[in-house]
Amino acid sequence: MAKKAAYMGMLTALAFVFSYIEALLPINLGVPGVKLGLANLVVIVALYTMGGRAAFTLSLVRIVLAGLTFGNLASMVYSLAGGMLSLLVMAAGKKAGLFSATGVSVLGGVSHNVGQILVAVLVMENTKLVYYLPVLALSGTAAGVLVGILAAILVKRLGKVIGDWKAL
Amino acid sequence: MKKNDLILVGGILLLALAAYVGISWYSAVSTKEAEAVVVVDGKEQGRYPLHQDATVEIRVEGGGYNHLEIREGAADIVGASCPDKLCVKQRPVDKQGESLVCLPNRVVVEIENGQEAGVDGTTH
Repeated sequence: MAKKAAYMGMLTALAFVFSYIEALLPINLGVPGVKLGLANLVVIVALYTMGGRAAFTLSLVRIVLAGLTFGNLASMVYSLAGGMLSLLVMAAGKKAGLFSATGVSVLGGVSHNVGQILVAVLVMENTKLVYYLPVLALSGTAAGVLVGILAAILVKRLGKVIGDWKAL
Repeated sequence: MKKNDLILVGGILLLALAAYVGISWYSAVSTKEAEAVVVVDGKEQGRYPLHQDATVEIRVEGGGYNHLEIREGAADIVGASCPDKLCVKQRPVDKQGESLVCLPNRVVVEIENGQEAGVDGTTH
């Protein structure tokens, strides 16, 4: 239990720091919502090593923390929508067993963008925002592949270490 | 990376491309042409596409007139029977929501479906 708490704390801190780095990197491709999704790296590692529930908690805490520190309430709502949808899709993708961590990461990246756009459409009451989706799907896939390859390596190396807590 | 991952990535890219093509096509089809709408005394008298040069004589009750000229994608009133000629002095309009107004003749020419105004966007 103590070990689990320690890993959760460490991963949360890591995800938080990645959010900060992400906030420092201005990526402007003319379409809002394009980003690397570095924090998703930690979420995927958690998903594979500690399971869906831990990944969910981690993602939630990360978004609330990062939203309060680097963003505002509005950006938090978008992140929540993207993050939760992304996690659901990733958990389902992992369970389906069809994809490796890279594929799951791509699913997560793209569904994050989809979730954000859906909320933006609801909030702004402007369906034209859907026009952003093809571009976002492209960037989400690219970022998802990169993050996924990294995550696959990390899961392989860290899996044994972090996975230990289940045995305790 | 597994083979399924590549299929997934390819599928998403194809879907994005298809969506992009679909959206471009849809917006090209659904975008309406910019028009100058002539309203006299609150009633619509006619619509004239801005991309087509034209000279329109707007007749009003009591013998008044306004000459509307559409040239180079903009609408302008070049002559009028009214005493102050304020409508003639207005510059040509071509942006969404812009209008030419002749109060004495109760004539309003308004642009519909025009491109968004840059600087004065918030005032309309």
